[in-house]
Amino acid sequence: MNFDFSEDQKLLQKTARDYLAEHCGLDVCRSVLESNGTHSDALWKGVAEMGWLGAAVPEEYGGAGFSRLELALIAQELGRALAPIPFGPSAYLVTEALLEFGSEEQKRRYLPRLASGELIGTFAHSERAGRSAVTDVATSFARGALTGVKFPVPDGQIAGLALVVAKGGAGPLLALVELDGSGVEVTPVGSIDPSRPASRIAFEGARAEALSNGAGEAAILHVLDRAAVLIAFEQIGGAERALEVTREFTLHRYAFGRPVASFQAIKHRLADVYAAIQLAISNAYYGAWALSTGAAELPVAACGARISACEASDLAGKEIIQLHGGVGFTWEYDCHLFYRRAKLLSLALGTPGEWRNRLIDRLEA
Amino acid sequence: MDFNDTPDEAAFRAEARQWLSANAVLRPPGKSRAGLLDAEANEVGLLARAKQWQAKKADAKWACITWPVEFGGRGASSIQNVIFSQEEAKFDVPPSMFGIGQGMLGPTIMAHGTPAQKKRYLEPMLRADEVWCQLFSEPAAGSDLAGLRTSAVKDGDSWIINGQKIWTTGAHYSDWGMIVTRTDPRAAKHAGITYFIVDMKSPGIEIRPIHQINGSKDFNEVFFNDVRVPDENRVGGVNDGWRGAITTLMNERASIGSGSGMGFGVQDLLRLARETDWNGRPAIEDPSVRERIADFYWKFKGLEYTGYRTLTALSRGTTPGPENSIGKMIGAPLRQELAAFAMELQGSAGSTLDHDHSWRGGIAQQGWLGSPGLRLAGGTDEILHNILAERVLGLPGEVRVDKDKAFQDIPSGTVR
Repeated sequence: MNFDFSEDQKLLQKTARDYLAEHCGLDVCRSVLESNGTHSDALWKGVAEMGWLGAAVPEEYGGAGFSRLELALIAQELGRALAPIPFGPSAYLVTEALLEFGSEEQKRRYLPRLASGELIGTFAHSERAGRSAVTDVATSFARGALTGVKFPVPDGQIAGLALVVAKGGAGPLLALVELDGSGVEVTPVGSIDPSRPASRIAFEGARAEALSNGAGEAAILHVLDRAAVLIAFEQIGGAERALEVTREFTLHRYAFGRPVASFQAIKHRLADVYAAIQLAISNAYYGAWALSTGAAELPVAACGARISACEASDLAGKEIIQLHGGVGFTWEYDCHLFYRRAKLLSLALGTPGEWRNRLIDRLEA
Repeated sequence: MDFNDTPDEAAFRAEARQWLSANAVLRPPGKSRAGLLDAEANEVGLLARAKQWQAKKADAKWACITWPVEFGGRGASSIQNVIFSQEEAKFDVPPSMFGIGQGMLGPTIMAHGTPAQKKRYLEPMLRADEVWCQLFSEPAAGSDLAGLRTSAVKDGDSWIINGQKIWTTGAHYSDWGMIVTRTDPRAAKHAGITYFIVDMKSPGIEIRPIHQINGSKDFNEVFFNDVRVPDENRVGGVNDGWRGAITTLMNERASIGSGSGMGFGVQDLLRLARETDWNGRPAIEDPSVRERIADFYWKFKGLEYTGYRTLTALSRGTTPGPENSIGKMIGAPLRQELAAFAMELQGSAGSTLDHDHSWRGGIAQQGWLGSPGLRLAGGTDEILHNILAERVLGLPGEVRVDKDKAFQDIPSGTVR
């Protein structure tokens, strides 16, 4: 039984943690949030130089050639730092989709630029408020042209390449669109977490091409499954950090003559957050195992990783404010950064409710 | 990351499997390992079979394998113990009924007993020639165990014990018990406790079964009326018994939490949701049902995979710590919710508990009636929260109002 990461992988994680401790304190997230900016360009360049964007990209395409296990641990650290950069959409979705379903030519064209950070990728799926089947989209793709509206799309303002879920003549597919071409109109949209920008993109006959081997519902679901596992690690990182911050605060905050962390009403809630995180970690490990080995269990494992990470990070994001008391509700304290990011990540990529439904679909298949 | 044995583990597994194959038959698929919780199990027959199997294992050095060689074990590691248990569970053998002695009291005697006690008690315990029970909880001392009142008073070369113990598993078929007693009520709470080995056939011991809400009688009350225990049966120093009790409790924690797959589980719930009609369609097609089942699924899977992480730590030679409390802390209330939801799926019929008329003879209802006990035994939900908060997260302990007082001045039990 070896249900854990290797020493080398943990060393890489430690390197990532140290790097981010130096270059991505919570003030970096806050500065993007307060300036209504798009991202931290310095951090993006730094992360690219560290080779993280191409961690799981083979060397022949400009990557570091690690497995998804390394990428998962990097994700956990980025989550812990609340990194305000378009890492997830670019690395977990566009890069992974190209690796899985791109033609050789598409891989050569885009992967080196994605891995170097020169090109930012984003994923455009949702179109409107509400819930619909994964393939139920109005955006259409025909004869190399894409038409439709996607809302919300993360990072539309800064992304150069979008992976778009569209309907083609023969059914649903994944289309690649370069966002600097004509027929693309990007409108910034406000976000519950302004450290990660949102947008609305209208495509009007924009030049696009199908991801070569990425047609059909199964391919779209597979892309979502892969990203779900990686984002779960990011969510867990954030939840762990939120718990640490809460613990530290309650240990040093006194009321009624004792640290508030000595009251069972507080201790038991922290124990519940800890337990939720442990369940999420265990489910995420199982997802990482399935992802890295190409196991047939991935579809079910991804659902478990996704739902439990959403639960844990939502809980940690709520409790960090509640257990800080009044100051937790102030702009100056960092609690709201966790509250915002946790909810953003649990609504992006399909809500936990959608994944619950998908889990039962898959168990009953 | 993989689920395979290391080469050493694989070799050990093969060796265990070889012996088991030669000495037992594989358990037929679908047949559960009969246990005491089975209402229909015949306890006397089960005990005889369990003793027989234990002796057979002892002869071949497959009993209590983690015990040191000098006491009849083979000094095996924790992961080897798990591997042997996994393999043993595949065979049609009786469940062990000796875990309290072999897993908790034996290690306590090894750590705190005299050479004479080790020589006298450990070997028959290992072979299950003698069965043991643990006399800890009292009506006014459960989570607050050190609030125990059962007294022991010195009388020449022996001690006279008076008082009452409760929740004692297996007292009625045990040969020996280990009892914590109050020997100095004027000392502070933890300082006046002494630990003894007591012959369960002694005059003055009265054992009464406890009738539980689910109809079973798994536990006993044990009354002590002037029960005489020789001083040579004392484990550890006079008024220094709390240290030994802690050793016992630490070993209890290490042994609890490995029992997954018992009772009414998620697979049963899925089956029920497929077989139950909701408005002319299987309940599993209803969105509200799907969401609830999905949550039960990932939570139980999360616990299962947490178990894999523990095994990995064991495989690397580390000892399981207090973080393992989450298994029971989450699992016990979850089983209660799961059973309650399974009853709700059945509509008004969920309120029936009838062998012929309820779904699968009332398996969900039985689980529901048994589940409150899971949340109380071996550390309540609340105590487990404290353990995680204090020993894993490092949060401060409760402010203690009983700390520097003589035991006799501390209110305990129900005070009006």
